[in-house]
Parts: sequence; C-alpha cells; structure tokens
Amino acid sequence: MSAVREAARPQVRTRIWLEEAVPGHSGVTQAAHCHGYDLTGDLLGSARWVEMIFLLLRGEAPSADQARLLEALAVLLANPGPRDPAVHAAMCAGSTGSTAAATLMAALAVGAGQLGGAREVHAAVTAWQQLGCDLSTWQAACAARRQAAPGVASIWPHTEHVPGFDPNATAASPLVGAALARLAALGVGPHLAWLLAHLDVLEAAAGAPLAMTGVAAAALVDLGFSPAQAEMLHLLLRLPGAAAHALEQQTLGPKHFPFFDLDLVDDPLHQEAA
Amino acid sequence: MSASDRPPSWAGKAFVGTRVVFRGQDLHADLRHADWMDLFVFGITGRRYGPAALKLMHALWVGTSYPDVRLWNNRVAGLAASARSTPSLAVAAALGMCEATVYGGHPCVRAIDFLRSARQRVAQGEDLDAVVAAELAERRIYGYGRPIHATDERLPWLLAIAREQGLADGPHLALALEVEQLLCARDPRLKMNYAAMSAALAADLGFSVVEFHHFQVPMAMAGVPPCAVEAAERPAGALFPLSCDHIRYEGVPKRAWPGRA
Repeated sequence: MSAVREAARPQVRTRIWLEEAVPGHSGVTQAAHCHGYDLTGDLLGSARWVEMIFLLLRGEAPSADQARLLEALAVLLANPGPRDPAVHAAMCAGSTGSTAAATLMAALAVGAGQLGGAREVHAAVTAWQQLGCDLSTWQAACAARRQAAPGVASIWPHTEHVPGFDPNATAASPLVGAALARLAALGVGPHLAWLLAHLDVLEAAAGAPLAMTGVAAAALVDLGFSPAQAEMLHLLLRLPGAAAHALEQQTLGPKHFPFFDLDLVDDPLHQEAA
Repeated sequence: MSASDRPPSWAGKAFVGTRVVFRGQDLHADLRHADWMDLFVFGITGRRYGPAALKLMHALWVGTSYPDVRLWNNRVAGLAASARSTPSLAVAAALGMCEATVYGGHPCVRAIDFLRSARQRVAQGEDLDAVVAAELAERRIYGYGRPIHATDERLPWLLAIAREQGLADGPHLALALEVEQLLCARDPRLKMNYAAMSAALAADLGFSVVEFHHFQVPMAMAGVPPCAVEAAERPAGALFPLSCDHIRYEGVPKRAWPGRA
C-alpha cells in the first residue's frame, strides 16, 4: 500500500485500548494500555481479574468495595449447575465431542434468553433504572407487566413474567435468598439491600419468587453497569461452569448422558393403524 | 419417568435404526424427494408450498447472498477461516450475528410485523397515511431506507421473479409499495429495501411474523462459505490483519494503577 493510501488506512476507534508498536514493526506490540493503565508494567500482578473486567467495561478502576461485590457475584454466577439450561446445552455439546467453541456458543445461545438468562438481566437492570427503589412504582410496573399484551414484534419473543423473578418456581429458593443476603451484606449500593428489605412485597407483586437473575441484576445495578453491560457480564460470568460440566461429560460420553424420551403426538404409524 | 422426561412432540422423533417422523410424516418414505427449501419451510410452518412459491423462496435467499468478505457476518467467517478455525464455527457465528439491528433479523421481523398489522388496520377502514404517520410517531418503520446506498439493487430482480411466478399481486406487497410512496414523500431516501419486500412477499405467502423470523435465518448464508473458503486458501492470519496503525486510541492518557492498601 502506498504512503498516500497508508494515510487513509481504515481505523478502529477505541477509548479502551492503546497499543504501541515496536519501531518499524507495526504488527508487533511493544506495550499495551487499558484505559491508560500499562498492561504489563502496572496491571499484571496488581489488578485482580474482576478489577480488569470492571476497568474494561466502566473505564475506571473499581473501589475496593465494588471489586469485592463483583468478585462475589462472579463466584455466585460461575457455575449455574448442571440443571441450568445453558449448562445443559454445554453438556450436550461436550458429551458428543463438539468443539470447545461450539460448546460455549451453545451455553451462550441458551444463556442469552429471557428466562434465567442474560436478556432477562438486561430487562431487570432496565427496570431498576426506570423504577429505582420505589415500592409502589415497582408494584404498579409488576401488575402492568403481567397483564401486558404482546406489543411490537421483536427478535426477542414476548414474555409475561417480571424480569428477575422465576415464573416456573414452585417455591422461593433458599439458595437465591442466601445469595441475596450475602451480596447485600457487602454494602455496596442501595439496590441489593432494598431488594432484600422488600423481597416479600416484591415477590407478591411479581407473582413469583426471586430468581438468581434478579439477584445478579440488583448487584450489577449497584456496581453501576448499564443494561447492555450487565447482559454481557451475565453471559461471560456463567461460562466457567458450562465449560467444566461440558468437559466432564466429554469424558463420560453420550451413552452416560440423558437422552430422554418423546411422546410423539402425530405418529403416522398410529394414524394408519387407526 | 416423569411426564417432563417424556414431553409431547408434534415436531418429530427419530426411531433410530428404523424410521424418522418429521411433522407427522415419515422423513424417508414420504419426504425423501422434498426440495430442501420445501422441507425447511414445512418444518417451520407445517405447510407444503408449490413450485412457484418455492422458487420465490429460493430467490429470496439467493438474491441476498453476497460473497463479500467485508460484510460483517462474512468477515467473521473469513476471520475464523483465516485463524484456522472450523467451517461450522465460522458459519454459525456468521449466522448468529445476522440477527442484527441494522441488517438481517431485526429489520425483517419489524417489517413483516408492521406490514401485517398495517394491512389489518387498513382492512378495518383506517387510512394508510394515518397508519404510517402513527407508526412514525412511535418508532421507525423498518424496511425503508438503507445506510450505504438508498437504492436496493436486489429489488428489481426479486420483483421480477415474483411476477414470473405469479406471486407479485398480493395485498402485502401492494401495501408495502404504497408505504414506500408515503415515506418517500416525507424523505426521498426512504426507498423500500430488501427487508420490506421480502417481508411483504412472505406475508403474501401466508407467513406469520414468527414463521418469517425463522425463514430468514439462513437468508444470506450462501454468501458466507465462499468468504471462508477464500480466507482458508490465504496464508493463516492474512485476512484484514490489524496493525497498531489501524487502531486510533481516543481514551484517557497513560496513568498509574491506584494502589490498594
């Protein structure tokens, strides 16, 4: 490429990452800075993983309390467990020897959803932003949500449940309650504490027990993340468990993984017999 | 075994070693000669379409399969191949990201939803201009206007095939063309694009919003593999490698990481 065309070279604009080249070798990195912080000279060995994540998304280092809350949330979300549909998806891929990327893509596709997934967290964080910590506003919003007719079509299917609450739960989950209490006790931001204080009223308004997505959303709001950032983080932070369970099933193979059964309702053989 | 371990299914079932039921038909006995598009649409809708409709459906896919590796989805497939990833991962990633806001899934869903709803409202006696104005007051009407070039080169070809197959006289396409006139009177750049025309033709074929959403998933897929195959033929890492000169940093100046006590 000529010097003239070199000047007009297309560029990626970023406020996140500065990468300096070795003189004379524009493809070889001498040093990299994340939001101004030297990766190898400063961050490596000093910054914790959750501090790096916070820095990447928020552009600033977290306070010690924020880092503690994000770390606790990351531990909480790291493994949704094999019952979780996203982990189930990863295990399907793992048990049959799919590629590692396909395995995580399977977990992401399922874990992206509006029931127990990242899109639900997006919706819940949006709700927190709109409703704040005002009980009557939440009650009104819950009632409206549960009665809302499908509106304009979207790539996301219409859902009726209040985001952050589990419409399929047959009882409140002690695990979810304990997680909320532990995170709220860290004392970062008002939302977790307010959710804990008004949980009974909110669950009654939602007509469903609190879900882990609701805990995660409140924590992510306390950490100052936007709905889009919260959605991404929820996807990312749940991947370790999906990976671990998929690798475990890979060693066991498909014969040791449930295949279930189906009750075929329109079997042509039955129709012929009838 | 509980009932949830054995859910009812109308979609189908593999009786491995003997037969497969596909939406109530034996895949190998009844459907073995099916055109792939026929089977795909049958799977989504439960309806079998005739040769003219299937020809149009093929055209809907063919006409927007652009093997240009600069295009975002194709580029991802090309980058995957360039990084020596696998074809499945390349194509799956490219397809997944086609459910985008500026192209693909989102505009298609919004376009067919608006056209179906507008047609209903007009059939109930509302004036189309008022329907359009009311929609614009609430939100953008997808399927009109195009970011790079206002003219959509795909439309005359698609329309010609629809006419050739006798499928260009449906009410949704007529309404979509009227909407174009109304929008262009407001802003000449708001010419119809592929999302509106494909949505209108699909609606005239009886597709619901959900059915069209599923139908359009692989719409651009045929353009993806050539980009991956070409990238795989190049040296590894040779597709659009970004040097430090390609990155324009606009963030804060260098600073020291705050110490923790």
